[in-house]
Amino acid sequence: MFYREAGQFKTSYAADQSVFPINFDRWFIAAALVVAFVVIPLTASEYWLQAVLIPILVFTMAALGLNLLVGYTGQLSLGTGGFMAVGAFMTYKITTAFPELNIILVFFASGLCAGGVGLIFGIPSLRIKGFYLAVSTLAAQFFLVWIFNKIEWFYNYNPSGSISAPPREMFGVMITGPTAVAEARYIVALVLVLVFAIVAKNLVRGSIGRSWMAVRDMDIAAEIIGIQPFKAKLVAFAVSSFYCGMAGAMMVFLWLGSAETEAFSITESFNVLFMIIIGGLGSIMGSFFGAAFIVGLPILLSNVPQSLGLAMAIDTQKHIEVMVFGSLIIFFLIVEPHGLARLWQITKEKLRLWPFPY
Amino acid sequence: MNLRNLTLALLGAAIGVTGFLTPTPAAAQEQFFPMLVYRTGPYAPSGIPVANGFRDYYTMINKRDGGINGVTITFEECETQYNTKIGVECYEKLKKGATLFNPFSTGITYQLIPKATVDEVPILSMGYGRTAAADGRYFPWVFNFPTTYWSQASAFIKYVGQEEGGIGNLKGLKIAHVYHNSAYGKEANPTLKVLAEKYGYELTLLAVDHPGQEQKATWLQIRRLKPDWVFMSGWGVMNSVAIKEAAIIKYPMDHFVGNWWSGSDADVIPAGKGAVGYKSATFHSPESNFGVHADILKYVYGGDMAKAKENSFGEVLYNRTIVNAMFGVEAVRTAQGKFGNRTMTGKEVRWGLENLDITEARLAELGMKDFTRPVKVSCIDHETGGPIRIQQWDGSKWSFASDWISPIREVVRPMVEKAAKAYAMENNITPQSC
Repeated sequence: MFYREAGQFKTSYAADQSVFPINFDRWFIAAALVVAFVVIPLTASEYWLQAVLIPILVFTMAALGLNLLVGYTGQLSLGTGGFMAVGAFMTYKITTAFPELNIILVFFASGLCAGGVGLIFGIPSLRIKGFYLAVSTLAAQFFLVWIFNKIEWFYNYNPSGSISAPPREMFGVMITGPTAVAEARYIVALVLVLVFAIVAKNLVRGSIGRSWMAVRDMDIAAEIIGIQPFKAKLVAFAVSSFYCGMAGAMMVFLWLGSAETEAFSITESFNVLFMIIIGGLGSIMGSFFGAAFIVGLPILLSNVPQSLGLAMAIDTQKHIEVMVFGSLIIFFLIVEPHGLARLWQITKEKLRLWPFPY
Repeated sequence: MNLRNLTLALLGAAIGVTGFLTPTPAAAQEQFFPMLVYRTGPYAPSGIPVANGFRDYYTMINKRDGGINGVTITFEECETQYNTKIGVECYEKLKKGATLFNPFSTGITYQLIPKATVDEVPILSMGYGRTAAADGRYFPWVFNFPTTYWSQASAFIKYVGQEEGGIGNLKGLKIAHVYHNSAYGKEANPTLKVLAEKYGYELTLLAVDHPGQEQKATWLQIRRLKPDWVFMSGWGVMNSVAIKEAAIIKYPMDHFVGNWWSGSDADVIPAGKGAVGYKSATFHSPESNFGVHADILKYVYGGDMAKAKENSFGEVLYNRTIVNAMFGVEAVRTAQGKFGNRTMTGKEVRWGLENLDITEARLAELGMKDFTRPVKVSCIDHETGGPIRIQQWDGSKWSFASDWISPIREVVRPMVEKAAKAYAMENNITPQSC
């Protein structure tokens, strides 16, 4: 009834190509942005911001990056944790070496470092495919984490090998370090994620994205029609690693405050991979859904028994939480193998016909 | 997928979201002790006795004395699985009205140090965490008495010296450090390196990756290297695996010394006979025949020894937690001495920790005479540099194998001050005056 495109005429190419062609979608997004930028910082408690929303944003960034590589280019990667570590450790190195440099610029610079590293580890993708490639990216995961553990220069020779976020401000507001309030860190993370989501959306709509998808769908055919798989794959690895590096930097500087290499273990790589599988491969929106699902749901589940007033031993509670979480993953994959983004799309299609389906 | 299913799924999600409440803060005349525990996951063998120890000591204080000077102790557990990220979430959940945090994880302690300082919640990382926090000028909110990793490592070297018939005989010895490849495991390395230069022993550092179930390569290296002594900083499942591996290569067990986190019952029992002779550091007695144990047995378990044993009663880590819980409770009591017998805020508890003075007489009153050593904390020294003792496993129980050994303070303290200053420089911290 409300959600329809009848009567909305496009009079220019720009209007025809817009990301959200339907007015209702635009209002919805505008409302969501108001909620995200105004309502949440004003109303959410510190626990919500710090323990739920900021982690979701951080992992959305990582999921966006991995989705470009796995979902759009079809190159399976398990090196996400390693690339995140590059971003985090380089941010720490650069910002401690140049304390005056704006921290957002430092994030970009370390994202570029991660992109460079990704480029190198993407080279095997030219020869090997599928699961074999996944195994070779595992090397990136273990090698990078090992190197940040082994070479003391990366953590400024401190005895524990952990890095911590020094206080840095922007426009007179602390955005990293212990005195930065959760609201400020949340806004910075939100802006970064939104900007890079828009960049990603436009990348995949443009010629680069089309070459990625061509390579994903059939690389020989892509080569025949004039796409260089060499270039497409390496660019995908570099861009994807840039996003992951940014996510790693955000993880330490906007969320955790300090970290050791254990925070970037193989578990994180798998988690991000699950996020894009659950959220939807080859979907920008899906990265948001996937991150919210994998990061947010366990936290919500862990709070359920308490809020229902059930007295339960903490270990039983944890075991039930893991079981429920696992069955929910299976449930969603059975009802919709293409992920939450596909569910979202189906909802929109149904809404167009509602309340008079034919 | 039809719309009905979808609606049901959304409904389910909505219930999950709306049913979510923030935890209730401590009410008046209640002292809230948050508990970060790990009863599940690869570190559960170490985590369960710890969680039980805290719970039992608090329960006993409530039942025996009606709380701390009439203020009832309340506590709530939050499962962290020894994972730093979940630990941070738990901290955010429980920090409101918190007396103090005992993270029982060096990784989580690292995360919490900057946050707790801003939130004004004290951290008592008893014998773990950031060693540099021993310098109270730079870390006013963090306490790591009675002793730290660095002090422990120096005391271990001293012990080796004693066993070898004099500290001069250390020259030319080969000592290996098998450590958990994390901030925790690496803690002892700087001290061992400095002392290696000082005493001329040859140090080999062998890292074991989380969680430590696979150590064949490490022990192969030890077999080749044949070190005279092996020191271990392990935790959770890593400990028992290491002891088993050492037994397999027939390493002399009485030259294999764990730190105080590598010497509990759960670590040695899986290795069976192979573990006999294994040693570890500690700062309290492994026995369970003290007054405090009798009280716990009486007030918490109603004298039911079997049930108590099921709940890790008397195990090494359980005993250590009793000491830890006692420090927390006594800090509140000390603070009450100054501020009055009511609920103490984090700030007041911090004062209590800083002025904590547990004398021999007080220990006797607490039923802990000879169970642990007296402690006197000061503003500048949050560590107190307490002595350690080596205990040995005889196949069925732990018993002391050395006298109390003081750490080499003249080496450790300057290192602590230097590290604290470096941390402060990096994070723009202005020291408080002491």
